[in-house]
Amino acid sequence: MIEIRVHGRGGQGSVTAAELLGFAAHSDGKYAQAFPSFGSERMGAPVQAFVRISDKPIRIRSQVYKPNYVIVQDPTLLEVINVLDGLQEDGLLLINSKKKATELGINTPIKVKTIPAMEIALEVIGRPIMNTTLLGAFAAATGEISLEGIRKAIHHKFPGPVGEKNIAAVLKAFDFIKKESL
Amino acid sequence: MSTTFIEGSIAVAKTVGVCRPQVISAYPITPQTHIVEHLSELVANGELKCEYVNVESEHSAASVVLGASATGARTYTATTSQGFLLMIEVLFNIAGMRLPIVMTCVNRAVSAPINIWNDQQDSLTARDSGWIQLYAEDNQEASDMHLQAFKIAENKDIMLPVMVCMDGFILTHSFDPIELITQEQADKFLSPFTPQYYLTPKNPLSFGTMVGPDGYMETRYFIEKTMQVSLQVISDVAADFHNQFGRFQGGLIDTYKVEDASLVLVAMGSIIGTIKDIVDELRAKGQKIGVLKVRSYRPFPKDEIYKALSHVREIAVVEKAVSLGYGGILANEIKSVFYGKPKTPKINGYILGLGGRDITIDTIHQVIKDSVNVLSEEKFIGLNEALIKR
Repeated sequence: MIEIRVHGRGGQGSVTAAELLGFAAHSDGKYAQAFPSFGSERMGAPVQAFVRISDKPIRIRSQVYKPNYVIVQDPTLLEVINVLDGLQEDGLLLINSKKKATELGINTPIKVKTIPAMEIALEVIGRPIMNTTLLGAFAAATGEISLEGIRKAIHHKFPGPVGEKNIAAVLKAFDFIKKESL
Repeated sequence: MSTTFIEGSIAVAKTVGVCRPQVISAYPITPQTHIVEHLSELVANGELKCEYVNVESEHSAASVVLGASATGARTYTATTSQGFLLMIEVLFNIAGMRLPIVMTCVNRAVSAPINIWNDQQDSLTARDSGWIQLYAEDNQEASDMHLQAFKIAENKDIMLPVMVCMDGFILTHSFDPIELITQEQADKFLSPFTPQYYLTPKNPLSFGTMVGPDGYMETRYFIEKTMQVSLQVISDVAADFHNQFGRFQGGLIDTYKVEDASLVLVAMGSIIGTIKDIVDELRAKGQKIGVLKVRSYRPFPKDEIYKALSHVREIAVVEKAVSLGYGGILANEIKSVFYGKPKTPKINGYILGLGGRDITIDTIHQVIKDSVNVLSEEKFIGLNEALIKR
């Protein structure tokens, strides 16, 4: 089983990102569970959401404490909370930022990747919502979910032209990470 | 079998929808809101032919479904926590009038202090109200239980309301793969509601009129007797469901690796899933451990519990509620199961997860470690020592 923690701020679609990740894994034929960190969500306040993906039915109902992957939607959160908390040593920290990982001053032996998801979202979708864009980067960086799975998830959640734009942003982010690793 | 990746609340709303309720009345309250929002959407979109009555409070919501049910309509409501407590006067009336209403109690802590997170104090407060209470382990069971609930409630030998209890947030806000019930499947399982008596000008009746000392006691006697009959009906309906859908998550109880266990954890609701993972982990290390799920809390299936646990040396009851002044509610009832029996196991009670405190793998390990070592009074597990010593 792999576990994912998504950090964001209220209004950035962190819970939707978790839902879409779970939906994509489910379309890929895996078992999945996605849930928010429960609370009174307020615009701008730090929020978390969690995903579990497994080959077997998922029974555990506690929150995620030792994630394999952490996704950070808002780079300003790096100053506020320890996004590395509990992240496994062979895991990955994926951050929405136009800066390179080395420029962010994160002191960790754990692999860190950045993606200018906000810039991609503004260019392709035309709105400052980068949760779906990050999914493309996540798929490219980890291989845990397929692009086809993300496409199905986005079509389900956002039918019509809005979904198409989001999928275009996903593809762009996917290519960005793939090219970087060449 | 094909599953849909869907939020627990929406899965429940969809199941309630295919049960063809004729009147729904509810007042939104966190974390129940998504259920009733989705149902109102189904009604507004014309997908569900049903009278959806908006009200100004939970007391009114319960009163609306009471009146509607008395006219012979299939009715549904849902609430949680403070809303549940505001309903409670009407909940006793509904049971006393023998109205087969189905309601979801999304389990949440009660005030004060105000807390919107999960425990099971709300529904357990209505333990003695005459409602049948079923507790769901996961969202598949929560969804399936609603179809079963209408069939149990409307059985002519029962005619009692049924409360489906599901853990707030932990289940309601979690997305999981769910086998949804189609309209065709629901229609095959559940016949239209045809009450033997209901309010109609053609045959005037009164419900809930005053009864003096000469008759009141018998109304309680009959509900208690019916509760005993419902033990069989709940089992039968779960078996019918198993036959049609191929899914079975227990009748009155469910057991996991209990047969040869020396230590068994007893619990209700979503904590069962986490415990099952720990049971497998510890069994791999040679510890003979199992878990018993109390699925039907009222009626309380004492014979089934005794049968399942009579060979067990140690029992640890874990629960998310407390009878302030006498410890764990479920723990005390599990102890009473063994009263007068030839062999009494060691029974420890643990209170945890109140007000949404997360129940982790470590929490359950603490319970098991404590339980193996000592015979304890009811104990709180997972307390913040810094707050206590302050």
